[in-house]
Order: sequence, then structure tokens, then C-alpha cells
Amino acid sequence: MTALAALTGYYLRASFKSKFAVVFGAVQPVFYLVIFGPLFSRSGVGSWDTLVPGLLIQLGLMSSGLVGFGIVFDQRFGVLERLRVTPARRSTLLFGRVLKDSLVLLIQAVVIIALGYALGLHARLTGVLLGLLLLTVLSVGMAALSYAAALTIRQELFAPVMSTLVIPLMLLSGALLPMSLAPAWLDVVSRFTPFRYAVEALRELFAGSYASPTVLWGVLVTLVFVGGGFTIGTKVFQRENT
Amino acid sequence: MIHVRGLTRSFDSVEAVQGVDIDVSKGEIVGFVGPNGAGKTTTLRMLTTLLRPTSGTATVAGHDLFADPAGVRRRIGYVAQGGTVGPFSEVGEELVLQARLYGLSRADARDRVTRLLAELDLTGVDKRLAGSLSGGQKRRVDIAMGLLHRPELLFLDEPTTGLDPQSRTNLWGHVRRLREEAGMTVFLTTHYLEEADALCDRILIIDQGRIVASGTPAELKAAHDAGTLDEVFLSVTGHELREGAAA
Repeated sequence: MTALAALTGYYLRASFKSKFAVVFGAVQPVFYLVIFGPLFSRSGVGSWDTLVPGLLIQLGLMSSGLVGFGIVFDQRFGVLERLRVTPARRSTLLFGRVLKDSLVLLIQAVVIIALGYALGLHARLTGVLLGLLLLTVLSVGMAALSYAAALTIRQELFAPVMSTLVIPLMLLSGALLPMSLAPAWLDVVSRFTPFRYAVEALRELFAGSYASPTVLWGVLVTLVFVGGGFTIGTKVFQRENT
Repeated sequence: MIHVRGLTRSFDSVEAVQGVDIDVSKGEIVGFVGPNGAGKTTTLRMLTTLLRPTSGTATVAGHDLFADPAGVRRRIGYVAQGGTVGPFSEVGEELVLQARLYGLSRADARDRVTRLLAELDLTGVDKRLAGSLSGGQKRRVDIAMGLLHRPELLFLDEPTTGLDPQSRTNLWGHVRRLREEAGMTVFLTTHYLEEADALCDRILIIDQGRIVASGTPAELKAAHDAGTLDEVFLSVTGHELREGAAA
């Protein structure tokens, strides 16, 4: 516990030293909210209650998907090796980082939601809080996978590969436009991506329905995703240890 | 303190370490000497639980390397060759984090860091960014990283590479003091033979993945009828240290 608290605190302090980076992480979804939102809400496709959950998933995928970039420098400067030689558990070394990433994401998500309310979001608070929980769990899995990728693929390839991977996953999730609009083939493809289930669950939670099959599916898929992501992440942190 | 038999490590089909036996007693300063690419760092990373050996047995600081790596980690310090801190990180914060990963409370960690910095003539650098330190200071910060939990056994990988002669001699003094004051066992790699001669009680010469000679500097010189360790090295390996296989 000492190790986890120390690591998370350390990474949080480092993140908030650059407040600019924390704010900047939320800028892209804010643009979508302010510039795309008014169009979307008058398009007849859906309301702010459809858009805001989608933008939250987008934020989760984009920012957690790229967190691995930070570990590249830790690896280069010997920081990672130094941490790996301590008795701290490998899963703790990973979880300390991931926990920080999730907390930063949570702050950014709250900003988006507050702005959403100002623009016309009508979601109930309970649904929003449950939705934030789901989003946090999802981001843990995504961040763990991002670190695993950063430690596995060549340094200079990490950012292009991840951003190229995350965009189709985000579009296929229906985060921007719901998959109910999709032609049959696209709908089928999207069902093979994990984030579609999270997006739909988040929309239902925001709409005030907490125990529908859609929500249960979303929770189930997200739990499997986070379990898989964290297992892979820990494996990579353990790699080559005795 | 270290008992190793038949330790090997292959990368793909290349056997980087080809069955080394190592015995180090408590309180010894042992130098692991060889050219770049001889297998020094690979061996060190195996002994510090960071790299899985292909075969062999090893007990390090009283714990089996394979059965109890966490037990080994608790009792050893390891200072890697490439440094331990990024240039934009504050030295004190990094040291406190490291101490807490060894289980110290926040207050104990701060206290330990202050004392350790003083012992290494680094008082006042805790608020500075690592990138602003001199080479010698930065190297001592790296060494501090490995000493926070008062290990019984300290591994130093090329501790003086890239340092000017004065910083190097200064660092030797610190290493000697660790042994004298804390009874620490030190296992270090170097490719400076004069360093091994001046600092180490005993030397293991490694070349192309095998230990080709071992003994005190005096024993090695006597056995090969040589005046310097450079001549010993040439005699046992057939080549000069500097022109060894590249990394």
C-alpha cells in the first residue's frame, strides 16, 4: 500500500506541475462540445444526452490510449529499471501510473459534463456518477494497454500506431454518431469492438436507466476489457524478471 | 554473499553469458572486468533479478534468485550504467519515491534521503533538477538510489564511466567508505583496469561470455608474471581490453 500511495502521489504531483497538460487534454472534446454539439443537437440524430457520453468515451480512448508515451522516457533514462529493482510488485508499478491517469481523466470528464449541463444536457446525477465509474474502469484498461504497447513496440512508432488504432475504434464505438444509424455491415463490425458497449451503456446511464440489458452488457464487456488490459500490462512489466 | 554456478543467458541464438561461476564473500569489493560486449551488464542484470537467466543456479544475498526474487530485491542495491533519473526530475522527490518503494514511511524516507545526500557530499542538491548536476554529482545521486534501504550488497554497473579523473577518485573513496562503515559488499563492473587495481580486493576477468581469470590484483600479476593488469588481461585473453568485441 505504501508503494501504491507513493507512486500515485508522485505521478499526480508530476502531472499537476504541468497544469497546462491536464487542461489541454480536455480541449479537444470541449471543441466537439462547443462547435459540433449545437449542430448535432439540431440534426435530429440525438440530443446533448447522446453526444456528451460519446465525447466522454472519446476522451477516455484518446487520452488513456496515449499515456504510454510517458513511459518511453522513463525507460530511456533508466527510471523504469530503477523502479523494477525495488521489491514493489510489478502490478503496483503499473497500477500507480494507471491510477494517476484515471484520476486526471476523471477531472477532465467532470469539466466536460459541467460544460454539457450549461449547453443543454439533462442527465440525472446518479446516472452521471455511475457513468463516470464506468468510464474510469474503462480508462484503466486502456491506459494499461497503452503502457504495454509503449514498452513493446519501437519508441518512434508508438504515437503514430496508437493514434491510428484509437481513431477507428472510437468511430466504430458510435461515440460521435450512434451506431443505430449505421448500415448493416458497419453495425456488425462495430459489435466486435469493445467500446461500442461502453458508449451505449453510458448513454443509457445518462438517460436514467440503470439496470437495462444494454447497461449490463456495457459493464460486462468493460470488466472483461479492463481485466485483459491489466493482465497484459502486468505481464509486460514482469517480462524478463526472474 | 553471491554464489553462482553455470549461469548462462542467450539472446536468440547468441550465448552472451556462457556458464559463469561467481563466489563473493561478505565485505568484499569485487571488480568484474572486461571489454564492452563481454557479458558484464547481462550478468549483473541477471544477478539483480532484471533479466531471466537461460540456465544456472544463483543465491544472491542469501536468497535464491529463481525462487525468491523479491527477497533478493529487498537486500540488494543496483545502480545501472545508464543513470536513474530523467533530466527534468527533482532529485529529492525521486529519492523519496525510491525509498518509499523500499517500504519507508514518508517521514523516514525524507530523513534517510537527507542523511544519505550528506554522506555522499550532495547536501542541498535535493531541490535541483537532475539535468543541472555535474557528471560526478549525478553519478552519486544514482548511487544514492541504490543505498536508500541500506542493502547488504551493492551492484554498480560501470560507476565511473564518463567521469573525469578527479570525480572518479572521489567516487572510489565513497565506495571504500561503504565497505568500511557499513560492512557492505560491493560488486562492480568496469573496463578501467587501473580502477579495478586500485579499488577492488578481487577481480574477475570476463571475455566473450566466460570468466577467464580471477584473483586479487597481486595474485593475477604474479601468476602471469606481469607488472600491470593490462598485461594480465593481454596474457589471458590474447587481446587488449580496449579493442575487445564491440557491444
